[in-house]
Amino acid sequence: MSCLRYRWRGRGAGLSAQPWKFLLLNMVTAVGRSVPRRDGASKVTGEARYTDDLVVAGAWYGKTIRSTIPRGTIRSITLDPAYDWGGSRVVLVTADDIPGDNVVDLIRDDQPVLARQGGEIRHKEEPILLLAAADRSTLEEAAEHIRIEYVPAEPVFDPAQASEVYTTIEIRKGDDVEAVEGVEVVVERSFTVGLQEQLYIEPQGAIASPTPDGGITVIGSLQCPYYVHRALKRALKLTDQQAVVVQAETGGGFGGKEEYPSMVAIHAALLARKAGRPVRLIYDRHEDLAATTKRHPGVITHRTGVKKDGTLLFQNIDILLDGGGYCTLTPVVLSRAAIHASGPYSCPNVRVRARAVATNTPPNGAFRGFGAPQSLFAAELMVEHVAERLGISSVDLRRKWMLRLGDTTATGQKLTESVSSDLVLDAALKAVPPVPPVSPSRPSVRRGRGLSLVFHGSGFTGSGEKKLSGTVAMEALADGTFQILTASTEIGQGTKTIFCQLAADALGVPMGRVTVAPQDTSLVPDSGPTVASRTAMIVGRLVQEAATEITERLKREKAPLRVEKSYIQPDSLHWDETTYRGDAYPIYAWACTIADVDVDVTTGAVRVTDLVTAVDCGKALHPVLAEGQVEGGCLQAVGWATIEEIKMKDGGYQNDRLATYLIPTALDAPNIRTILVENPYSRGPFGAKGIGELPMDGPAPAIIAAIHDATGVWLDEIPATPEKVIAALARKPA
Amino acid sequence: MRDVTYLRPKDLQDAVQLSRTTPGCRPLAGGTDLMVMLHARTLRPAPRAILDVWSLSELKGVRRVDGMLEIGAAESYTGIIRSAEAQQHLPALVAAARTIGAAQIQNRGTLGGNLANASPAGDTLPVLLAYDAVVVTDRRSIAIDRFFTGYRHTALQSDELITAVRFPLDRQVVFRKVGTRAAQAISKVVIAVCRQPARVAIGSVAEVPLRASGAEAALASGDVAGAIAAVTADIRPIDDVRSTATYRQAVTQNVLRELLRQ
Repeated sequence: MSCLRYRWRGRGAGLSAQPWKFLLLNMVTAVGRSVPRRDGASKVTGEARYTDDLVVAGAWYGKTIRSTIPRGTIRSITLDPAYDWGGSRVVLVTADDIPGDNVVDLIRDDQPVLARQGGEIRHKEEPILLLAAADRSTLEEAAEHIRIEYVPAEPVFDPAQASEVYTTIEIRKGDDVEAVEGVEVVVERSFTVGLQEQLYIEPQGAIASPTPDGGITVIGSLQCPYYVHRALKRALKLTDQQAVVVQAETGGGFGGKEEYPSMVAIHAALLARKAGRPVRLIYDRHEDLAATTKRHPGVITHRTGVKKDGTLLFQNIDILLDGGGYCTLTPVVLSRAAIHASGPYSCPNVRVRARAVATNTPPNGAFRGFGAPQSLFAAELMVEHVAERLGISSVDLRRKWMLRLGDTTATGQKLTESVSSDLVLDAALKAVPPVPPVSPSRPSVRRGRGLSLVFHGSGFTGSGEKKLSGTVAMEALADGTFQILTASTEIGQGTKTIFCQLAADALGVPMGRVTVAPQDTSLVPDSGPTVASRTAMIVGRLVQEAATEITERLKREKAPLRVEKSYIQPDSLHWDETTYRGDAYPIYAWACTIADVDVDVTTGAVRVTDLVTAVDCGKALHPVLAEGQVEGGCLQAVGWATIEEIKMKDGGYQNDRLATYLIPTALDAPNIRTILVENPYSRGPFGAKGIGELPMDGPAPAIIAAIHDATGVWLDEIPATPEKVIAALARKPA
Repeated sequence: MRDVTYLRPKDLQDAVQLSRTTPGCRPLAGGTDLMVMLHARTLRPAPRAILDVWSLSELKGVRRVDGMLEIGAAESYTGIIRSAEAQQHLPALVAAARTIGAAQIQNRGTLGGNLANASPAGDTLPVLLAYDAVVVTDRRSIAIDRFFTGYRHTALQSDELITAVRFPLDRQVVFRKVGTRAAQAISKVVIAVCRQPARVAIGSVAEVPLRASGAEAALASGDVAGAIAAVTADIRPIDDVRSTATYRQAVTQNVLRELLRQ
């Protein structure tokens, strides 16, 4: 896999005043170099201890008993009276054992920690009871002596038929889209996207231990220590000090460990509290696949009005996302989906109507991209369909439509810097050779190429960062070393490494003198969750600011010193939550992706052979890690676009094992070529913008366009499984 | 915990004896299916004893017997892939073995296990049908076309142990497996074809791996187009978690067309 970097010389005169440029000129920097990663050696050698590797003396094993129906109420829970339920053998936790609120704290208070007797069941695999015992076989045996009876109700599985709405969003720009004058061609099309599992390599898990002060310490596999901390305090009625959450080494998250670890942690804590001893609650892959959150599936419908020369006059977009049984993060996912729905294009008249509904499936939640991959998939294919209708090149149409410096987005945000639509499009087009012909020895293979252009808002939507006011601390210690205190987690993406790079350069010291404190809520301040492509850009900037301030103070004072920095919203950013007008994100990252595919018309198999993606991340703080984010995100998107399929049966996932939930293997992975374009952002650390989610956005529409190029058929639904390709080919007129 | 007795026989004779005298006994070879089913508790009836035949030397190896090639029931797929005799005489079986699971599975999976598990998606089973293989047990020989009696049911008696599989030499068989991804996929359609004698054997398209009799009849009379047309009536595919009946119908025909073109 190869990587090219272009450094874009910013046009804005203000850039030269940035402190990072001063630093770059005056010392050998860590930033911009692919230094060894902080967690690399311990992970490679196996020294790193993940949650299930931790040995905790006297710990019991926990188990979750879950609903077997998608909707209804619990009629009764019966414990076999002949079975020995003595607390020295087995501990049982019901909703009655919850000292605080029976709710998993997040956005809306709808999701219970455990369903109540007589209470409502809203999806399959909903937690009802918890068990703990000294060994797993006792747990299995005890579980067989519990009978749960239900009064089933008619479930709702089709989002279009759902009556309960979690949230709606409307975005309006310009005139009433259906009254726009001068429209010569209207193109309408619907697109469907499927569920996707994050498939982090380490399943969910937590170990809870009671503490002498009546509190609980939870160590687990998680992205957001303070989310878990808040949820734990609320359900167990604990003080800030009594609840302690520690992140263990974590084997991936991708959003899947944003909200669900709160559930796991509360369950483990309830068991530990009742058992009076530590309890390990570690999911196996089957339970993890069956019960935890997935990417929201949805249907996105576009009506686009243009002139015959391609001039874009209106975009009218409807979004329907399936939230599943509980709200979780659905309103925020819908928000990001709606804001990205019109694509990276400048359109005078836009209406986006977005709706997320409740169905009786396990809840959907955070997953890399967070709604944007869904709506950008539709937006990008819409460009293709309009171009086809008008008989012009879709690349030319993109050039005509795309947002440039000074343009306004659908929310009315004026783009004032670091707009890279031209840069990434040119870089990607320049990098690809002509499509090579198929070997005559493979007569059933059709080859094609497709392109997409996407943007992705870095950091929280709207006023999110302002409300959160994430905090970082830094300590200068007497021995001349420095410690970064942050709740931002290392989940494989390189947080620890880039924070040390940023701090070292701002302090003017070698990286070896900077350490990162453990992600332990009793030690570090709340830097906000590790989500939303915000860690490097928002929290990294705070690290840089803290280090700069420490440097200044050390000129006058002596170590030890401690500095705290909290996010302050720049005055230039305005967002109105009620009208959805204003600066939806502080800045956008950009990507152009070109996919080459081979479609085997005998089997319908789509093989993505090559992906070239030009990505503007502002500044590649660590080029190898940045490239890793791009390659990983692209491969995850290839899976979403082609083979990662979840079929439902009675409200449960049929693909609930790795034998049936298939992700690409090394043999299925394309050659991925990453071109890092650096168009700096004035408020990012050293110019950096978020890059974690962007690579998830581009490949799917490029792949579908490439399948069309290869075969002449348009698929409107992903994943583009061989079944769908064969069916589409059969429908194609001869 | 349920009590399951683990039995490790010292030789084949001991294994046969234990199998006949231990109620609820289930043989264990590589364990690639059995261990998964034990863990997921999907084995019905739950076994009361496990008879571990993995290490029995009598069940290992690839050798010539009576003008046929005999593969021990507990020989691993890796052993088959590496066998010069298998490569020379049974290239389609070697090709099938290479598509099974990952290297770790190929190190443990066996022909005896694939037969006893009798999954309609078993990757080697259509190959065995196309070769007219003979299943040798502790008490008799069973022609492969009489071995599969229903969904995951075989002609084996409850205490009968598979000891080997025998193949004729110099039969030209071609093989193709269609899965969802390039490796480590369970087949959605798996086909083995022999022109002389005419054999069209297909997996994952019915409750058992089957011989497509209509297609074979056409092929025997040299009617390739007729064989391709007839095959859709020979199979009984369903919609399941891995694929659809419609897809399996179309792709069976497409793949057969490709195999017969070669």
